[in-house]
Amino acid sequence: MNITVLLDMAADGFGDRVVVGTREAGLTAQALRARASAGAALVEAEGADAILHLAVNTPAFPVALFAAGLAGVPLVPVNYRLGAEQLDHLVGNHPRALVVADERQRAAIERAGLTARTPEEFLQQTRTPAPHAVEPREVDPDSAAVVIYTSGTTSAPKGVVLTHANLVSYVLGTVEYGAAAEDDAALMSVPPYHIAAVSNALTNLYAGRRVIVLEAFTPQDWVETVRDQGVTNAMVVPTMLARIMDEPGLDRSVPSLRSLAYGGAAMPRRVVEQALREWPAVDFVNAYGLTETSSTITVLGPEDHRAGGERLSSAGRAVPGVEIQVRADDDTPLPAGTSGHVWVRGEQVSTAYAGGGSGSSLDADGWFHTRDRGRLDAEGYLFLEGRVDDTIIRGAENIAPAEIEDVLQRHPDVADAVVVGVPDEEWGQRIEAVVVPRRGVDLDAEALEALRATVRGSLRGAKTPDRIVAWAELPRTPTGKLVRRDVVAGLAR
Amino acid sequence: MKPRVGATLASTTDQTTVIVVRWGAEDLDVTCGGAPMVDARGPEAGTSHPADPAQQAGTVMGKRYASEEHGVELLCTKPGSGTLAIGGVPVPLKDAKPLPASD
Repeated sequence: MNITVLLDMAADGFGDRVVVGTREAGLTAQALRARASAGAALVEAEGADAILHLAVNTPAFPVALFAAGLAGVPLVPVNYRLGAEQLDHLVGNHPRALVVADERQRAAIERAGLTARTPEEFLQQTRTPAPHAVEPREVDPDSAAVVIYTSGTTSAPKGVVLTHANLVSYVLGTVEYGAAAEDDAALMSVPPYHIAAVSNALTNLYAGRRVIVLEAFTPQDWVETVRDQGVTNAMVVPTMLARIMDEPGLDRSVPSLRSLAYGGAAMPRRVVEQALREWPAVDFVNAYGLTETSSTITVLGPEDHRAGGERLSSAGRAVPGVEIQVRADDDTPLPAGTSGHVWVRGEQVSTAYAGGGSGSSLDADGWFHTRDRGRLDAEGYLFLEGRVDDTIIRGAENIAPAEIEDVLQRHPDVADAVVVGVPDEEWGQRIEAVVVPRRGVDLDAEALEALRATVRGSLRGAKTPDRIVAWAELPRTPTGKLVRRDVVAGLAR
Repeated sequence: MKPRVGATLASTTDQTTVIVVRWGAEDLDVTCGGAPMVDARGPEAGTSHPADPAQQAGTVMGKRYASEEHGVELLCTKPGSGTLAIGGVPVPLKDAKPLPASD
């Protein structure tokens, strides 16, 4: 079924409710449907085969998402921070797209022979109803609703095809229709090319919760928006929460906030513990998922957060309709407590990459390899141990950087840490670490040597970094993902 | 009938519409208010039948109704007064454990 079914249900069930933007100037569910319909008419008039969104998050994004759904073409949100070469390549994949792009992207769009509308122009053009009503298309549930390019931190970006069936299955499996209270409001801080922005637009609409977006994140803007707009629910990536917690002199009071979800990268234990102390009344939710899984596949809920302990380092348990399996290198399933490759199965899991030919990205039994390492405990809680591709092979031993990073990040002088494998003639790879000192702390050679001793005391010699250096910051994407190849390159300089 | 997943079925006794989320291998008749539901885009759309007073439990917008026995799951997209049933047996509400908002 089409994702626009979700919009229809919202417009039919609570059409007068503002669902996008500020309470004063936002769009009601009915207005969102009317604009999506006008947007779909534009797609049809131009014979476009996709809507390309190359802009910061504004109300044009949900309008474009549902306009594409109504017209039966995919929405393709593209990272506006990409370099010219990558951007040209991705835009070139969609030569017949209707383009919504920020003014500063105009050159890139024109290089591809396309014309661009700004989000403001797109919203202006969808203000007036379509000259003729767009007939709701019967779309194939297995056709693309969204194509999202992965961040490409470990390989070239891949276009993940999420079908209408994938996304609707995710929403129905995780959200209760109309469950939000009239004055609930969700604050979205991740950029629109991230899967969480797509799933967020769908789930909050279906729940009847108004969504406010933060175009560019700063700790100050975030807390002020929460207070000014009476935000009840928010989603952040770990680096954002760390910055909110670390910002000196920031008024962190957020009386309206009831629920804070985080995900997108590993959350340092120190940061979440600090946030739990800072905001004891807030329900914390850790969500793990991938672009390929239509967002969340496991959830660690508020009770687990309050209970504390080792489970705070867990990504939680599988959501309804999702199965998780941990397998050995040779694909045999492993019992609870044993680390291996994390595999996932469920209707919300994408089966294909754009331009990937007819091959499925699933195995014969429908399982998808996340390329994450992890283990399940006896009650099904998933503990993640980093990307398979980040595994360090020192001698013949596989070493997961996450375990060492966890020890470093728990040290009171350390704000952030990364552990990588560096080419080594004797061992194949040796272990090196980069730490970012906490504000006001100076980590000299002696302090770094003491840090090595701490790691050796917690783990063992083979897992102790051969070298630890201190940097002012780590190379991360704007959504908080570490770019390890840049760390390795930096260490070689 | 054996509708495909994603098809909309309309009641012939009230305003209820449902979307087929799951459908097993069987050819089945789903009734609402005692009369067969029809394909909302098919030739029978818009027909009306008298409702069975004994089948008036009502349908609730946004709720899912699932028969494990038949492998059928329906999502209510417009509510009404009739009871959803297969072979005269009401299709129970699917109890969903509320999940905290995660995005």
